[in-house]
Amino acid sequence: MAEIRAGHPAVGMQYEDLRHQSDTALVGMWLFLATEILFFGALLFAYMVYRLWYPAGFVAAVRHANVLIGTINTAILLTSSFTLTAGLLLARVGDMRRLVWACLATMALGLAFIGLKAVEYVEDFHEHLVPGAGFALAETPGAQIFYLFYYSATGIHLVHLAIGIGLVAYIVRRTRRGDFSARYHTPAEVVGLYWSFVDIVWLFLYPLIYLVGRGG
Amino acid sequence: MSAERLVAEPVNYLTDGWTIRSWLLTHDHKRIGLLYLASITGFFFLGGAAAALIRFNLLTPEGALVSAETYNRLFTMHGIIMVWFFLVPAVPVTLGNFIVPLMIGARDLAFPRLNLFSWYLFMIGGLVALYALFFGGVDTGWTLYTPLSTSYAKGHVVAAVVGIFISGFSSIATGLNFMITIHRLRAPGMTWFRMPLFLWSLYATSVIMVLATPVLAMTLILLSLERLFGIGIFDPALGGDPLLFQHLFWFYSHPAVYIMILPGMGVVSEIVTTFARKKVFGYKFIAWASIAIAVIGFFVWGHHMFVAGQSLYASLVFSILSYLVAVPSAIKVFNWLGTLHKGTIRFDAPMLYALGFIGLFTIGGLTGLFLASLVVDVHVTQTYFIVAHFHYIMVGGMVSAFFGGLHYWWPKITGRIYPEMWGRVAAILIFFGFNLTFFPQFILGYLGMPRRYHSYAPEFQILNILSTAGSTILAAAYLLPLGYLTWSLVWGERAPANPWRATGLEWRTPSPPPTENFAEIPTVTEEAYNYPPPEVAQQHG
Repeated sequence: MAEIRAGHPAVGMQYEDLRHQSDTALVGMWLFLATEILFFGALLFAYMVYRLWYPAGFVAAVRHANVLIGTINTAILLTSSFTLTAGLLLARVGDMRRLVWACLATMALGLAFIGLKAVEYVEDFHEHLVPGAGFALAETPGAQIFYLFYYSATGIHLVHLAIGIGLVAYIVRRTRRGDFSARYHTPAEVVGLYWSFVDIVWLFLYPLIYLVGRGG
Repeated sequence: MSAERLVAEPVNYLTDGWTIRSWLLTHDHKRIGLLYLASITGFFFLGGAAAALIRFNLLTPEGALVSAETYNRLFTMHGIIMVWFFLVPAVPVTLGNFIVPLMIGARDLAFPRLNLFSWYLFMIGGLVALYALFFGGVDTGWTLYTPLSTSYAKGHVVAAVVGIFISGFSSIATGLNFMITIHRLRAPGMTWFRMPLFLWSLYATSVIMVLATPVLAMTLILLSLERLFGIGIFDPALGGDPLLFQHLFWFYSHPAVYIMILPGMGVVSEIVTTFARKKVFGYKFIAWASIAIAVIGFFVWGHHMFVAGQSLYASLVFSILSYLVAVPSAIKVFNWLGTLHKGTIRFDAPMLYALGFIGLFTIGGLTGLFLASLVVDVHVTQTYFIVAHFHYIMVGGMVSAFFGGLHYWWPKITGRIYPEMWGRVAAILIFFGFNLTFFPQFILGYLGMPRRYHSYAPEFQILNILSTAGSTILAAAYLLPLGYLTWSLVWGERAPANPWRATGLEWRTPSPPPTENFAEIPTVTEEAYNYPPPEVAQQHG
């Protein structure tokens, strides 16, 4: 079987060459992201249905969301996509040392997002913005459903982000081990796609949770 | 001499490593296919056992065997296991996993590790679901309708949902792997319109798996949240909308019906051409029909909700679209018949299964048209007519196709020939046992016997006894292959590379294939199914 594997050691036997394999891996991630759009899409669809059903409740609930932390977190996440993409550009010209630094910066920003989100959850908890007994906006129909979406959407997003941080850590480990070069760093590119997607999901959640209806 | 033979015997994928580790950590699509085959066989017989208990209970009007509560748990167990742990994965993860790379002339799927990972997800999901179904049980039916499932049902709804959720990602991984593999790993010269039709049907199936399953996943999360925390999303008493659940659920579960039937259609296209020894009739129509079914199939889910309270206009549109989706299905049936026409037909076991598929699928499909029309549906909804209709497609169609494909590719998979006579006996028994089981249910449903009840009015007893009698034949017929196929593993005759003299790249490599599938990647120079016309074949013997 060894004679079938040609060229780079990372090339699987079903591929002609490295390029064939790398492009395929990227297409695979794009298709996975399409499934993720459907996954979050179902949640956002349900959100829209209830937003139309309970407009007053949703507006009242949006006003209680912590727009300051939400906005800072948006900035943090956008910056993290910048650092990771910059790292990928450096990887393409073979600067693997800076790829590691870019990845570490990305992870730090991701962790900062999670930390701020935790602060926000604690504040929500103190303000009794947790659905169930003692919910602060119990009188406003629909506010409870808004907060259910708030926790499930941000919670699922956080899980995605945590997975992303783990994946970037994996890229750091492999880069340090010397697995990657300007020619082959496909896993880093694939993780980059995933990271930007998680970022984009937040760009949809941010207005839906913190902005829409706030000014009215 | 025997020593010489042992030396000469080339290593194939089955003899390439004997440890348990070499199976459980394998990246070989062929071995993963066999892991899946063993798993889904287990699920099939568990789901079948639940069905047998249901049928025996219906021998008498007041329920012969079990209490009403147990009966509810039994049909839920039957539905959940059969839909998510047998029918949805059946052909793609076993035959598809094994055959797709061989058919397109590749050495493996695009992502072998993801393929193995999908098996582990499937097993974890399956075991969690089995835990829920056996220790506590679920009594909602496989459709998990709210608010029954979120507020009133007893038992382990959340655990069952978690099991389905996990196995859903195995489905997504498989679909993704097939789509990318078919796009990226075709052998030189294997253009899209030279691909065997099995690949077109699996591609269409994969599109549905990839795009519909995530919606189910999210729906199940919302369902679990409502059940765990009592916050209204779907329960009207808590301010939610039960119709929203049905919309989201059927947005997955109706396309999922096509996940369950399209691969079977692909298998039948392969078998019919091979055993008619004739080029398939209307290749492009069959290929595009698969895509059309997948696309239109996404827009017909509302026909499950005609009596649920959706708007009449929505129902009208869904009704028209449901008629429309029957067109590509009918195209396939006509093209199979066109292929048989003036063919040199051989009635080997795979062909008998395929012919059974065509007959039973046609009945199931035509009764589907009855149900797509609003007036008839209102009359027979929630009756045994529905049960009979979808069993004709799922069991009569898909399970027959699965067995047909299993027999057809058995020599390739195992390197052994199965006993032909037993194969034919089982195929014929399945056909008659199936009809005896489910045809009476059409009549029962038309006469008004509701589904999912543990007891029924006394005048329905004779037809129910007939149905139960048929199910015993069906059960015996399903056990037969388990026996003789296993027997053939040890005592079966050695299979040549191409026992059916079929076209297709999978027959151009030894049986069983070596780990890397092809010593040299083949180049494709002609269309699929290029069988010689009968007169030429006769001249050359």
